[in-house]
Amino acid sequence: MKAKHQRLILALVALVGVAGAGVLAASALRDEAAYFRTPTEVAAGAAATGEAMRLGGMVASGSLQRQPDGLTIRFVATDGEASVPVEYKGIVPDLFAEDSGMIADGRMRADGVFVADRILAKHDERYVPPQMSHPPKTGKATPAA
Amino acid sequence: MIAELGLALLWIAAALACLSLVAAIVYLRSGKGELAALVRPASVAQGALTAAAFGVLIALFVRSDMSVELVARNSHSLKPMLFKVAGAWGNHEGSMLLWLTILGLSGALVALFEKRLREDTLIATLAAQAALSLGFFAFLLFSSNPFKRLPIAPPDGQGLNPLLQDPGLAFHPPTLYIGYVGLSVAFSFAVGALVTREIGPAFARAMRPWVLGSWIFLTLGITAGSYWAYYELGWGGWWFWDPVENVSLIPWLAGAALLHSVSVTATRNALRAWTVMLAVIAFSMSMVGTFIVRSGLLTSVHSFAVDPERGTFLLVLMALYIGGALTLFAFRAGAVAEGKKFALLSREGSLVINNLLLTTILALVLLGTLYPIVAEAMGEKISIGPPYYNRVAGPLALILCLVMVAGPLLNWRRDDGRKLWSRLPAAVLAGAAVLFGLVLFGGHVGVLPLLGMTVAAVVGVASLAPLWGRNLRRTPLPTWGMVIAHFGVAVALAGMAAESAFIKERLVAAAPGETVKVGDFAVKFVGVQPVAGPNYTAIEGTLVATTSSGDSFTMRPAARTFPGLMGTPPTETNEAALLTRPGGQLYAVLGQPVTDADGRADRYQLRLWWKPLVWWIWLGGGLIAVGGTLALLGRAQLLALWRARRARRKQERFA
Amino acid sequence: MRSRWVLFVPLAIMGLLFGAFVYRLVTPNDTLIRSQWIDKPMPLFDLPPATAGIEGLKSSQLADGRPRLVNVFASWCIPCRAEAPQLEALKAAGVPIDGIAIRDRPEDVAAFLRENGNPFDRIGADMQSSVQIALGSSGVPETFLIDGKGIIREQIQGVILAENVPEIVARLEAMK
Repeated sequence: MKAKHQRLILALVALVGVAGAGVLAASALRDEAAYFRTPTEVAAGAAATGEAMRLGGMVASGSLQRQPDGLTIRFVATDGEASVPVEYKGIVPDLFAEDSGMIADGRMRADGVFVADRILAKHDERYVPPQMSHPPKTGKATPAA
Repeated sequence: MIAELGLALLWIAAALACLSLVAAIVYLRSGKGELAALVRPASVAQGALTAAAFGVLIALFVRSDMSVELVARNSHSLKPMLFKVAGAWGNHEGSMLLWLTILGLSGALVALFEKRLREDTLIATLAAQAALSLGFFAFLLFSSNPFKRLPIAPPDGQGLNPLLQDPGLAFHPPTLYIGYVGLSVAFSFAVGALVTREIGPAFARAMRPWVLGSWIFLTLGITAGSYWAYYELGWGGWWFWDPVENVSLIPWLAGAALLHSVSVTATRNALRAWTVMLAVIAFSMSMVGTFIVRSGLLTSVHSFAVDPERGTFLLVLMALYIGGALTLFAFRAGAVAEGKKFALLSREGSLVINNLLLTTILALVLLGTLYPIVAEAMGEKISIGPPYYNRVAGPLALILCLVMVAGPLLNWRRDDGRKLWSRLPAAVLAGAAVLFGLVLFGGHVGVLPLLGMTVAAVVGVASLAPLWGRNLRRTPLPTWGMVIAHFGVAVALAGMAAESAFIKERLVAAAPGETVKVGDFAVKFVGVQPVAGPNYTAIEGTLVATTSSGDSFTMRPAARTFPGLMGTPPTETNEAALLTRPGGQLYAVLGQPVTDADGRADRYQLRLWWKPLVWWIWLGGGLIAVGGTLALLGRAQLLALWRARRARRKQERFA
Repeated sequence: MRSRWVLFVPLAIMGLLFGAFVYRLVTPNDTLIRSQWIDKPMPLFDLPPATAGIEGLKSSQLADGRPRLVNVFASWCIPCRAEAPQLEALKAAGVPIDGIAIRDRPEDVAAFLRENGNPFDRIGADMQSSVQIALGSSGVPETFLIDGKGIIREQIQGVILAENVPEIVARLEAMK
């Protein structure tokens, strides 16, 4: 009787634990998942102000401006259809340049500017045969904090 | 000719694996003993031949034999020797052969040294190991032959990628591979035990050193990988929750859970079905991680684009192994008799909770890694970043640490809550002291880091408690191992929490001569000078960091440019400069030049971090590995064997 | 009594996981940025010859009534070598092929053609990748199917495989 009781308690604990973990995961996924959006989607109003997201596009030609503080840059991200102004303070990756692809993590500010906390330059993995992307980290875009 | 020799060795090894498998099946079906006698020697020979084939591949790379396609594609005669050797496994085919070599050698070691198991279970285990090898042999021989010749040998190879020439990168994959593949033995033991229905302490004791050994290598691999990412990426972080990192963490979590559950099975003959399932899961996660996530099959189909059948082949192979083992488990585990009973408040009870928490964290990390794929299938493109992982894994890991405080202090079978409490006053006091200290003097600290440092203090003190009042010289090695590993967890946790709570960061555009304050340091930017390396040019900055007590240190962060090779675009890397102090590390990155109105570069972007206690993270990882090693030495009973042998010799001498 | 169905849970979870993997393997990944140029005319360009003895490439030359391929390649690109036999096969099937060599040196292009054969009628040298970027192509090799009026109908990213050859021939036939 006692042993059965123990088992039941253990099973209940496990069940509550698993349910709790499920709820935790579900809520965390809902809150923390960053949507990947293109400038067209942003222009169509898909991104709410302040919501974490990832913006992918090309750095429009002639749009890259460095601010006098030497740290902040502004540029326009475009996918050929629509564009979004982006602001970033920090060191950009080496491959980041006008007319090249980039991915930015950050959020939309109320004035319609995307404020990036992190910018990744997209360099093309197909320049490298697949075998080379095997060691850790090489398959990753160059990060900048 | 030696490339053909290597290929021949592989074919013979594959035939031997086939032989072991067939002989074992016949024996297990009919009970005929004479065939069973073949299995052990065949397993040993298979391991030796596979290792020899791998040796041949290394020799080909060392000799820069460009008539072999793999060498021509991945090596170059001008590479330093270390990278020629490492080039042997720094590619798809070579790493598959390395994988097979470890698989074969593990089987050989089991065949040579395992004496505790019943004969039929051992044969079934070796058969499972042979079946694993056989599938990967098929994959290697039919779709990824490393010894393929080129019709015309090119004058030189194409593999001179400067970025991949890092000693850390050369040895990181083999370390992780040993960890991943070592878990295959646990998998095979589980399958063997399910086949012969011998699931009990003997099986658990046979499996334990293998689990420990692989887990030590995984710990080392993850710790080294984290440090590598920290200094090489110039990004200042030590863990990015990148899929590549997650797939090494997932088997580590499974291994940690298995390590604890197997000790319950070995000591108390309980949790048997659970241990078997974890053994299957742990190696399954290694395979899934290595071949599916890391191969890029999931992140970009393009990695396999040249050769989609490779991906399909591996997927089918893994579905067979994992599906087969879990089906066997589903049908056989129900017949496993109930284990020994225990109370919730007991050593077993705490280990059950440990296992539940570890598997939950594993499931949540796996979910985060795979969720973007599922979401994409439903038409949403999302990315899951650190906020998700920190939020789900952080609290669970803290609870896990609290369980770790109690577990080692509890008795097996049943214990008394008040007695447990009486063993803890020092630990609770330490925790309370840290908590009050931080709240009163720590300034603004986030909840998770605050709890992290408190729990670290409690764990740090409590982990030493099993040694109190014991004769330290007579304390068994596994106990030492446990104490040191748990203490290592506390050290690493303290490092992580302190770093995230008290990190100081400065981002400036500094002119030469300017001084920047970060933490307790006054960092003077002296200037930059061009530097030429063996295959790159660099702009190197000179910084002089002065502490409040007046000590000065020079730091040289650099931005390197590698010229494009064969027309490829040039690559740039940031070399961070690190200054290690007892209280933490100062981390400096040199960014881009900032031009003034006339287009002259008069300032440079500088990013400085003061990271308190950050090196404790890797120290903790190292301690965990040391603890594991001590436990392994104790468990493998090498010392006991050696003592017994010496005693026997003495006796013989007197007889 | 222990409930047996619980023992099948791990198997079921693994099944789901592999279902996702299989799905991933069979559905093409669309994380690549699609060219904005599909069903639009080729952007204007006039590229000098990439190597001695072979004509350069002008966008106006593409609208001569014959559907064709434009292959973006480079001598330093390893997958391009793997692609060479398929281009030869297409050439043998009567498909006109023009090339754009990305960031390449004339002597390297010549060596590449010596080693791997020359399926190209014309090869333009794109030293700054400017045409490549204009085409929205992000890597090498990449191949564009152009109809007789010089309009881009399809973009193939990555290596053309042997089994794709008949399909490409058929598509070009259909454009006639």
